[in-house]
Amino acid sequence: MRFGIVVFPGTWSDGDCYHATKNVLGQDTNYLWYQESPKLSDRFDCIVLPGGFSYGDYLRAGSIARFSPIMSAVAGFASGGGLVIGICNGFQILCEAGLLPGVLMRNDHLQYRCQWSCLRVERSTTPFTSSCIPGQVLRIPISHGEGNYFADGPTIQALEERGQVAFRYSTTDGDVTPDANPNGSANNIAGITNRKGNVLGMMPHPERCCEELMGGTDGKLIFESIIRHGARTG
Amino acid sequence: MFLAKIYITLKSTVNDPQGQTVHGGLKTLGYDSVESVRMGKYLEVKIQADERSGAEAQISEMCHKLLSNPVIEDFHFDLEELS
Repeated sequence: MRFGIVVFPGTWSDGDCYHATKNVLGQDTNYLWYQESPKLSDRFDCIVLPGGFSYGDYLRAGSIARFSPIMSAVAGFASGGGLVIGICNGFQILCEAGLLPGVLMRNDHLQYRCQWSCLRVERSTTPFTSSCIPGQVLRIPISHGEGNYFADGPTIQALEERGQVAFRYSTTDGDVTPDANPNGSANNIAGITNRKGNVLGMMPHPERCCEELMGGTDGKLIFESIIRHGARTG
Repeated sequence: MFLAKIYITLKSTVNDPQGQTVHGGLKTLGYDSVESVRMGKYLEVKIQADERSGAEAQISEMCHKLLSNPVIEDFHFDLEELS
């Protein structure tokens, strides 16, 4: 599996993503600079938009990064069926770019939250969750001030009906409750896919929990799912 | 040259915790008569254009493309010609 990690000015989780896919999972991994716009499908199987504060989060998180040259290449890659995963700021960029519906707003309590969160896996049929079982609870940290997923009523309803919700914030037992929601997201949504299922956005950081040293390894399941999908289709 | 004063506001259907928090602060100061507070963004953009209509069209396009997010925000602007 060939991973491409996109680096914008202000990205901060690129090194963690690189470490996870290259060193922990032993996959071919390279960085992609935001000013490049190559044909990605020739060189990569999965593009990662990591977390951080691209362009300082100015105006709105992700709003300026989406117009970087690399993003037209990412859009082309996604429309050709390539796998794209946006984590935290990467999720915000995918929403701003229109590759995913909705928007990530300021957390409802206005606080930045850096903590472990429990995620209930809603679907195991996506390329990003095939190593999980539906209803499984993953322990993956969040670290954001703007992760409050919002979309209008009909959009949320369509997401739910089409099974595009990949993860929901839950209790350790997998109950989806208001108390388990760390940011005010609609329907406790922590991650969604596009309609085709090849683009995933999620606020929690799987790259930060791929080794016991980091306090947990549930994040590895996301990358293992991607690799498994690549092996099946590649 | 024109100066556009651009106001970006949250749609009325979108919750605004920042505005609510500011409202709480005003109440603490004793301004009990305040009904509600909504927060938004204000930008000033200077733009070269021969005619008002051209400047208007460009500012409107910028607001749609980048300056506002139509999922949660509305915008309006005032345009004045600079001498």
